[in-house]
Amino acid sequence: MIPISNYLFLSTALMTIGVLGVLTRRNMVIILMSVELILNAVNINLVAFSHYWGTVHGQTFAIFIIADAAAEVAVGLGLLIALFRNKEVVNADQIELLKW
Amino acid sequence: MNGGFSEFFNRNDYFLITPAVLLALFGCGILLIDFLHDTRQKFMNALTALVGLSFVAYQLIRIQNQMDAVQMPELAGLNNSLLVDHFAIFFMLVCVAATFISVLISVRYMEIEHENHGEYYALMLFSLLGMYFMITGMDLVTLFIGLETMALSGYVLAGFLRGDKRSNEGAMKYFLLGAFSSGLLAFGFSLLYGISGSTNLQTIAQALGQRSSGDPLASLALLTTVTGLLFKVAAVPFHQWAPDAYEGAPTSITGFLSTGPKAAAFAFLMRILLVGLAPMRDSGWKPMLIAVAIVTMTVGNLAAVTQNNTKRLFAYSSISHVGYILLGLVAGNETGLKGIAVYILVYAFMNLGAFTVLVALRHGNVIGDEIEDLSGLFFRNPGAAVMMLIFLLSLAGIPPMAGFLGKYFIFLSLIETGHTGLAAFAVLYVAVSLYYYMRMTVMMFMREPVEREPLTLSPGIRIALGLTLAGTVIIGLYPEPIIQLATSAILR
Repeated sequence: MIPISNYLFLSTALMTIGVLGVLTRRNMVIILMSVELILNAVNINLVAFSHYWGTVHGQTFAIFIIADAAAEVAVGLGLLIALFRNKEVVNADQIELLKW
Repeated sequence: MNGGFSEFFNRNDYFLITPAVLLALFGCGILLIDFLHDTRQKFMNALTALVGLSFVAYQLIRIQNQMDAVQMPELAGLNNSLLVDHFAIFFMLVCVAATFISVLISVRYMEIEHENHGEYYALMLFSLLGMYFMITGMDLVTLFIGLETMALSGYVLAGFLRGDKRSNEGAMKYFLLGAFSSGLLAFGFSLLYGISGSTNLQTIAQALGQRSSGDPLASLALLTTVTGLLFKVAAVPFHQWAPDAYEGAPTSITGFLSTGPKAAAFAFLMRILLVGLAPMRDSGWKPMLIAVAIVTMTVGNLAAVTQNNTKRLFAYSSISHVGYILLGLVAGNETGLKGIAVYILVYAFMNLGAFTVLVALRHGNVIGDEIEDLSGLFFRNPGAAVMMLIFLLSLAGIPPMAGFLGKYFIFLSLIETGHTGLAAFAVLYVAVSLYYYMRMTVMMFMREPVEREPLTLSPGIRIALGLTLAGTVIIGLYPEPIIQLATSAILR
């Protein structure tokens, strides 16, 4: 039996990689991928805890998160394409019309 | 209301989700009948949305009456994942009112932008549907899905002007930071589930109460959850998306985003902090909120002073209002929670009122979001200028207007709980806010107009102005009923 702490280390590591990716990468597609990484860390947590507690709530939540991640990608890529059509950039630091 | 369809879904459940069902049906209906209208009849979509919103408001009041009839403070449904109490009804009615007014001001604006599609109104209804589950949810899954339904609709609405680079850019930034904060929030939720073995907020509160205060898992859960929540209400240092999203979005949507989703986000935040994370109040989130509230008021007010774009200025002003509202949660007593409810209701009216005037400025090639566009408004349309003045005075919190009421209760609650330093600090910033609100007033009344021709108002804008003006002035002069309503809507 693998102890729950192993899963927690894995998910926290994934989460950290995701947060660092969002904060440091410039390409918006990669930022989107980093967000997906965070959501997958959440899923690992949920499924591991679901097994630990012996309840199905966590697994149900994980399915909802997967569906939500899919919807998020659809909206995100749609917005990115709309942006790309008007201005051919994918890097976050090149969109700079709005700033104080 | 007994009996039912099955073990998992009875009549009571159905009764409690009818507002959401209505919103989904009307939203899908708009998408379908949109094809039947030619371009000049697109205002029919807005009409359909308004009818749907009226039904939802009626249904909410029916649920409230049912609650009074069976003499219960709350009605739980769907296996306790949904809880409708007076708090939920109050906040949902604020959101419905905000959406109603936003629909009214959208019609002419979207016609001018040539983006008058049915999806626009459908997305607003879907966003409101998400808000319903954010406000009534008692279960982490329900809350999270409600939040995402609201947020995903909001991203699309912010980027609705597809041909406009600023709209694309604002929506993209809104989306990236919104998705990131949802991820953080979901991570916090997963840890809360891990701590308690349940997704129900009350069970989570019990499990957290048994943990020692320095527990690393609980601390990490608290940190990620609160960070995610503060992102959603746009509190400093998690506010960077707000000015960009507000400036880029269509003006009518900026008004919508700064009132409806904001009210829902606050209900969501209060539900999680005051129910789920209640055991971690004094050593956990209260110190964080004090620090965040101070920084939020400072950055919001000081950054607003330097803005030349009115939408951006209102974004920073809305950030500073978030600071004041968070102070009510810091005090956390009955006056504070009552203050938050009053503040959010009043804020919805006065802020949407101001945005209605900004929307009215849009014509021809003038976008109307630069502060110069307001110049000489008094000479072009005296009524609109005077109303704008009333909304601005109310936003600054000057006594006869409704805006004073919210600030009064928040400051009172701070003094009652012994946070006099914080109260003094907050009052100081009211003076700063007066400066940038008056800057707009000077533009309207003392500058020569750039354009000479008088400003005409569309019927939708007239009705919206009437509603918001009535809300701002009547609540200010005769606050008794609203105070009673807010007192009954305190989260217990």
